[in-house]
Amino acid sequence: MTGRLCRALGLALFLAAPSVSAQHLTLWHAYRGAEQTALDQVLDAWRRAHPTATLDVLAVPFEAYASKLESAIPHDHGPDVFLDAHERLASYRALGLVTPVARAAEPTFSAVAARFDDTAVRALTAAGDLYAFPLSVKCVALFYNPALWTDPAPPATLESIEALRPRLGSETYPLVYESQGAYFHAPLLHAYGGAMLDDAGRYTFVGPAAERSLQRVIAMTRGNIIPDEASGALVAQLFATGHAATAISGPWLAADLGSSVSFRVAPLPALADADGRRMEPYATVEGAFVSSHTRDAAAAIALAESLTEVPAAVVRARVGRQVVATRDAWTADPELARDPVLSVFREAAAHARPMPTHPHMRAVFEPARQAILKALRGDRSPRVALEEGLHRFTDVTRPLPRRRDATLALLLLGMFALGVVLNALRGLRDPVFRRDLRRSLPAYAWVTHAAVTLLLLVVVPLVIGAVTSLYATREGHSYYVGLANYLDILTARGGPLLATGSFYRVLLVTVLWTVANITLHVSIGVALALLLSRPLLRLKALYRVLLIIPWAVPSYVTALAWRGMFHRQFGAVNALLTALGGEPVSWFARFSTAFAANVTTNVWLGFPFMMVVTIGALAGIPKDLYEAAAVDGATAWQQFWKVTVPMLRPAMGPSVAMGAVWTFNQFNVVFLVSGGEPDGETDILVSEAYRWAFTRQAQYGYASAYAVLIFLILLLVTRRRSPEAIP
Amino acid sequence: MNRRTPWWVELLVHAALLLAVVFALYPVLWVLTLALSPSGTPSPHAIPWPESVSLDNFRAVALQHDAAGRWLFGRQLFNSVFVAVATAVTSVALATPAAYAIARMRFAGDRTGMRVLLATQMFPGVATAVPLYVILDTLKLLDTRAGLVLVYATTALPFAMFQLRGAFEAIPRELEEAAMVDGATRWQAFIKVVLPAARPAIAVTALFAFMSAWNEFILAATFLSHEEAFTLPVALQRYVGEHDADWGRFAAGAIVVSVPVMAVFYAVQRHLVGGLTAGSVKG
Repeated sequence: MTGRLCRALGLALFLAAPSVSAQHLTLWHAYRGAEQTALDQVLDAWRRAHPTATLDVLAVPFEAYASKLESAIPHDHGPDVFLDAHERLASYRALGLVTPVARAAEPTFSAVAARFDDTAVRALTAAGDLYAFPLSVKCVALFYNPALWTDPAPPATLESIEALRPRLGSETYPLVYESQGAYFHAPLLHAYGGAMLDDAGRYTFVGPAAERSLQRVIAMTRGNIIPDEASGALVAQLFATGHAATAISGPWLAADLGSSVSFRVAPLPALADADGRRMEPYATVEGAFVSSHTRDAAAAIALAESLTEVPAAVVRARVGRQVVATRDAWTADPELARDPVLSVFREAAAHARPMPTHPHMRAVFEPARQAILKALRGDRSPRVALEEGLHRFTDVTRPLPRRRDATLALLLLGMFALGVVLNALRGLRDPVFRRDLRRSLPAYAWVTHAAVTLLLLVVVPLVIGAVTSLYATREGHSYYVGLANYLDILTARGGPLLATGSFYRVLLVTVLWTVANITLHVSIGVALALLLSRPLLRLKALYRVLLIIPWAVPSYVTALAWRGMFHRQFGAVNALLTALGGEPVSWFARFSTAFAANVTTNVWLGFPFMMVVTIGALAGIPKDLYEAAAVDGATAWQQFWKVTVPMLRPAMGPSVAMGAVWTFNQFNVVFLVSGGEPDGETDILVSEAYRWAFTRQAQYGYASAYAVLIFLILLLVTRRRSPEAIP
Repeated sequence: MNRRTPWWVELLVHAALLLAVVFALYPVLWVLTLALSPSGTPSPHAIPWPESVSLDNFRAVALQHDAAGRWLFGRQLFNSVFVAVATAVTSVALATPAAYAIARMRFAGDRTGMRVLLATQMFPGVATAVPLYVILDTLKLLDTRAGLVLVYATTALPFAMFQLRGAFEAIPRELEEAAMVDGATRWQAFIKVVLPAARPAIAVTALFAFMSAWNEFILAATFLSHEEAFTLPVALQRYVGEHDADWGRFAAGAIVVSVPVMAVFYAVQRHLVGGLTAGSVKG
C-alpha cells in the first residue's frame, strides 16, 4: 500500500516540480527507525521527480547533530537543508546559520503560514519571518493498557492512576515514565504552576512549585506507583510486556510497541492535588531549515517545502507516525483523522506548551536532571537539590570574562620571536654550532619527513589549541580575554575550592583514578606474568592468548559493554549479585560505586599490557641470579623481593610512566561508563574539558585552558625523567 | 627453580589463572550472548548464554543499505580496512628512518626533538580536534579517507618512534658496521641488515597504529559527513544513542569490529613480548 502511496506522491511532486537545471543538494537529519524510513520514501519520490538533480542525505547521530551543524555550516561543509527542532532556532539565528524560508514582507507569506497549524508556525517564527517549514509537532501523552485500566474512559486524573496500586501485582506499576528526565518532569511542574525557564532565559526550576512537583515524584516512587530510575528502554519494555498500566511517552513509543500489546492514547491527566490543572507537556516543533550557506537558496527552499506538501506529509504521518503540521494532510486522508493514536497526539499538541527558544534552554536539562535525581535518591532534600541545580546552571551560563586588549600580548610575543630569531642568527655564526649543523645534515635527511608531518598535524594544532585558551568562546563568537579563563578555573569560579566540579576536586579525583588504576594494572600484570613465567606450567600459550583478549577489543566497545553490564535492571553484574543472594546495586548513583565501575572497566582494559611488558622484563633477568640466591638459602619470597623486584623496576619504569600518562587522560572509559555520574563527581580533568567544549555551549577557550593545565601538570610530574628513560 | 613443585601449588596457579581468564572473557561472552539473542533488550542473566540463537542482529548490521540501495556496511568495512592499513603503513614508513636516525646518529636538535615528541603525548586531544578540522579543511582533505589516514598516522607517530628507537638501539651496531665495511651505504645497511633484524618490533608498531586507526571514532565522527565515508566505529556508535539503544545490533556490530583486530593481534602476539620490550630491556 505504501508503494502505491509513493507512486502517487512521486507523480504529484513531478507535476509540481519546476523545470530546473542540474542541482546538487544535501540534506541532514537525525531521524531513526520508522521516521527515517518515511523520510527516505519521501526523498526517493523527490529524486524521481527531479531526475537531473542529485540529493545527498546524511543521518547524523542525534548526540552530535547540533555541534556538527555549528562547525560544518560556517566552513561550507554543511547541508543545504536540515531538519531540526524549533528550540534551536534562537541559537542558530545568533550564529547566522539559517535563512528565512518565508519573509513577513513577501505577499505570499500569509498563504504559506495558513497551510500549517498555528502553534507550529509560531514556534518557527522569529522577528516576523518564518525560519523553517513545519514538519511535525511532538509532545508526550498518556498511553494506557485497556487490560489493566478497565474503565472505558481514559484516566482523568493522576490520582485515579495512583489508585490502581492495590489492584496490581507488585511486579506491575500503575505508571511508568522517565521520572529523572527534565523533559518528562516538566508536565508535572507546569501543573503546579512552575516553569523550567522564563522568557528572559532565567532558570526557574526552584521555589515552592518546583519543590511540590519533586515531592510528588518522591511520593510516587516510595509508594511503588512508578519504577525507580526508568530509562526510555525500560519504559518501553515494562509497558510492552504488560507490567505497566499506563505510560507517559511520545509517538515514538507507539512505533516501538507495534502490535505487542493493545493500547490506547489519551492527553495527559489532570492533578486533583493542583486544583485540577492538567499536566502540560512541552511541545517540540520540527521543521525543515535552510542553511544560510546554501549555494542555491531557491532550490533549497523548494526542497524543504516539498517535504511538507500533502502527499509527503501523509507518508510521514502514515509510515513515520508523525503528527504532521500540514493542515490539509488531515483532511486529504480521512484515515489519518480517524487514527486513534495520531489524532490524540494532535489534540494533545494543541494544548502543549512550546519549548522555550531561549539559547539557555539547552543548559537547563542537565542541572534539572541532576536536581531530580538527587532528590529521588534521597541524597538531598528537594530544596537543596533544586538550589544546587540553579548553582550548576548559573555556573555554566555565567557571563563571559570581559574583552581585553591583545596589544601587550602581541608585543611580548613579537619580542620573544625577535629574541629567538636573533639568538638563532648568533648561533649560526658560532663556528662550533656551524660544524655541528654541517655534521647533522645527513641525519636530517632521515628525519625531515617525520618532523614536517608532526609539525603540521601535531604541533601546530596543539599550539593553536593552547592559544585558544586565551580567548572566550561561546556559541561561535570569540574574543581575546588574556588569562581570564585560567584565573576563573584556578579560583574555582568563585565557589568553594573543593565544590563538585571545581578544578581542585576534579584534579583530586583524577589523581585517585590514576593511582588506583596503575596500582591494579601493575600488581595484576606482574602477578599473572609471574604465574605465566613458571617454566613447567601447562597450557601456558593458551592462557596467554586468552588473557590478552581484552587488549584486542576496541576500548569504546569495552566501555559500552561494561556500561551495559553495570546497568541497574539488565546488567550482568547485578544479576550475579542477586544470584549470590545480594541486593542489586544502583552503580552510578554514588561516587564510590560509580568510581569502582570505572576502575573495573579500565583495569580489564589495561592489565594485559602490563602483563606482556612484565613477561618481557622477566625474560631479561639472568637465571644465575636466582641460582646464586638459592645457593645462599633465600626463600622464594626473599628471591621475589631481593631479585625479581629490583630487576623489574628499571625495565618497567618507562612503561609504567607511559601508562600513567595515558590513564590520566583516559577519556573513553570515564565518559562512556559512568559519564561523570553522579552529577559529574567521577569526571576526570579530560572529560571535564570535553564537557566544556562540546556539551556546555561550546566554550572551546575554557576547555583549552583545561587542556593546557593538564599538559602542564603532566609535564611537571614527568619532568625529572630524561627522554632516554621513556620507551 | 627446576625442582618439582607440589601438586597443590600447581592447582592454585591454575585456579588463579582460570579466575583471570573468566574475568577477561566474561564481558566478551556477554556481548556475544547479546548479539546472538533475538530480542533487542539485554536480559538480566548472570551466565552469559543465549536462550535461543538467532543471527538476526548480524544480518541487520551486515546487510545495511542506504536509501539509494548501496551496500552501506560493505563500504564502511572497506573504509575501515583501507584507513587502518594505510595508517599502519604510513606511520611505520615515516617512523622507521626517523627512529633509526635518532637511535644511531647524533645531530643538532635530537634531544629537543625527543622532548617535544614526549610532550605531545601529554596534551589531551580535546583541544586539538577543532584546529585539526580547520587544517584539514584548508588542505581540502576533510571528509576524505586520505585526511583521516594523515591525521591517524601522525597521531600514532610519536609512540611508533619511541618503540622503534628502542628496537634499533637493541640491535648490535656491529651488524651494520660489518655491512658497511663490505661496501654497503648506510641506506643499504639499514634496508638489508637493520630492518630484518627489527621485524618483530616493526610488526608490533604497525599493529598498534592499525588498532588506533581501526578503533578511533571521535575524530572520524567530526571529520566525516557522508554516510558512505564513515568508518565502522562511527556507524556502530549510532546503535546506542541516548534515546533508544539497540543493544543487540550494537553487540553484533561490536563483534564484527573486534574480530579482525583480534585476528591480527593473534597473528602478531608471538612478537608482542619481544617487540614491546626491546626498547626498555636493552640487550
